[in-house]
Amino acid sequence: MGATALRNGPSPVPAPIDSIVEVRGISKTYGNVEALRGIDLDFPRGKLTSLLGPSGCGKTTLLKIIAGLIRADGGTVAINGKHVTAPGPERAFVFQDFALMPWATVMRNVAFGLELRGTNKAEREAIARRYIAEVGLAGFEDKYPHQLSGGMRQRVGLARALSVDADVLLLDEPFSAVDEQNRRKFQEDLIRLRTNQNKTFIFVTHSIEEAVYISDRIVLLSPRPGRVSQIIEPEIDRSGDPERIHRDRHYLDTVEEIWQGLKQYVE
Amino acid sequence: MAVSIRTDGEAAGLAPLSNRSATGASWDQPVLLRLVSIALFAGIWEVAGRIPVSFAFPTFSDTVVAFFGLLADGSLATAYLSTLQPLVLGVILSAFLGVGLGTICGLWRTGEWLVIPVFIVLQAAPVAAFIPMVTFVYGIGMTAKTLAVMILALPVIVLNTYKAVRNVNESLLVMCRSFLGTRWQTVTKIILPDASPVIFAGLRLGVAAGFVGVVLAELLITPTGIGDLITFHRSRADYAEMYATIASIIALSTLTLVFLQWVEVRVFRPESRGA
Repeated sequence: MGATALRNGPSPVPAPIDSIVEVRGISKTYGNVEALRGIDLDFPRGKLTSLLGPSGCGKTTLLKIIAGLIRADGGTVAINGKHVTAPGPERAFVFQDFALMPWATVMRNVAFGLELRGTNKAEREAIARRYIAEVGLAGFEDKYPHQLSGGMRQRVGLARALSVDADVLLLDEPFSAVDEQNRRKFQEDLIRLRTNQNKTFIFVTHSIEEAVYISDRIVLLSPRPGRVSQIIEPEIDRSGDPERIHRDRHYLDTVEEIWQGLKQYVE
Repeated sequence: MAVSIRTDGEAAGLAPLSNRSATGASWDQPVLLRLVSIALFAGIWEVAGRIPVSFAFPTFSDTVVAFFGLLADGSLATAYLSTLQPLVLGVILSAFLGVGLGTICGLWRTGEWLVIPVFIVLQAAPVAAFIPMVTFVYGIGMTAKTLAVMILALPVIVLNTYKAVRNVNESLLVMCRSFLGTRWQTVTKIILPDASPVIFAGLRLGVAAGFVGVVLAELLITPTGIGDLITFHRSRADYAEMYATIASIIALSTLTLVFLQWVEVRVFRPESRGA
């Protein structure tokens, strides 16, 4: 219900959307490998946009440039209209390898962003506790990362990103190190989370199914050099049972369409 | 999948230096097993002493009797009072200086080029050969002995700390940066905790080397403290007393290392306690 309402809002007028992240002419070269060339993209506020493409298309590089973790060779990134070249409080990152501190409990890991900002202990733990519950880890506050499964560790990573209350969440292949069952469950949770958190998500993945399943918009990148080849807005109703999406005709058609487009890059 | 690879990698990275997993396991083992091991050692010693292996090799029981004799007449206490001063001072100075220098070298290229080669040479050198030189420059007092402790303890502490800081988990550094950690926060909240197992491995080796240093100094520089007690009993052919003195300093060194391990697990790496 919520998802449909959200989508119906801006869809009649496609062009002048309210974009929170604006990428203009971004290029990046590693040695003599051109990772990205002239990327222009707008990321609409409150939506989940996926960057999808075969390996070597520079999707993670683009995400890290938006995050301010990698410096672009050319072009600009603006968040809420302000140019950025370094990490900032309006963005939070979820790492592919989780990047949890093994010596810290779930509680301290989740509260770490706030700890770095100097929020006092009682306040940051109250906030962290709320997001630990939000990602379904209530009761695990005092566990250490090595006591958790891969899926649970990434939930910790997500809770950490949520707890700093950034407008934009940047997720770098967050489920690639998580087993299939947990990934499904996690994707369902992400859809639910997105409807009640009102945040903008930028999501890097190499899984077509995953991208179509969770995204409002899919940006297809082609490799060598990385360029935007297509932007797709899957018309999928995510309001009901998330299980149903996997059998939705639009879902299946979109997956097929993207696969046909990407096929040429796979040898 | 990738998760298990990562943890394996971490364990493998630490194994040669700290063997944390091995010591971590024995930590939880019943004390009984360790007592059995000690009893076995004492038994073999007793048998070897009774054969006898050498006329200068006392039995375990004679050594224990001699130990209590030394305790009772106060000579052991007097000896330790003078040995512990340069030892404790030298070890504490080495620990702070070593971890500090090692951290700076790990973080700062120029420091690395200036300092690290010196310690690599020092670690490779037969350092005991420096001790007469130290005596020549600093005389026979407390300074010379403290320096002897530091010459032995410092290199391994500096080098381990440097290596640990240099090889800190890259992805945690990026994480800290993305959540707006300052340079200082990165060092104190990520680099030092991440490096602490290897730093502590260096501290344990350094402290053990410090014990070597102080005994060497007392044997080579001035006959005082434990070194004097060993030399004195050897010259009188009181072999049981000599062995009791040697055993006592080994025991003290071992206890100090166990204590260090306890501090490490308790304060810096709580997650390895139950692992």
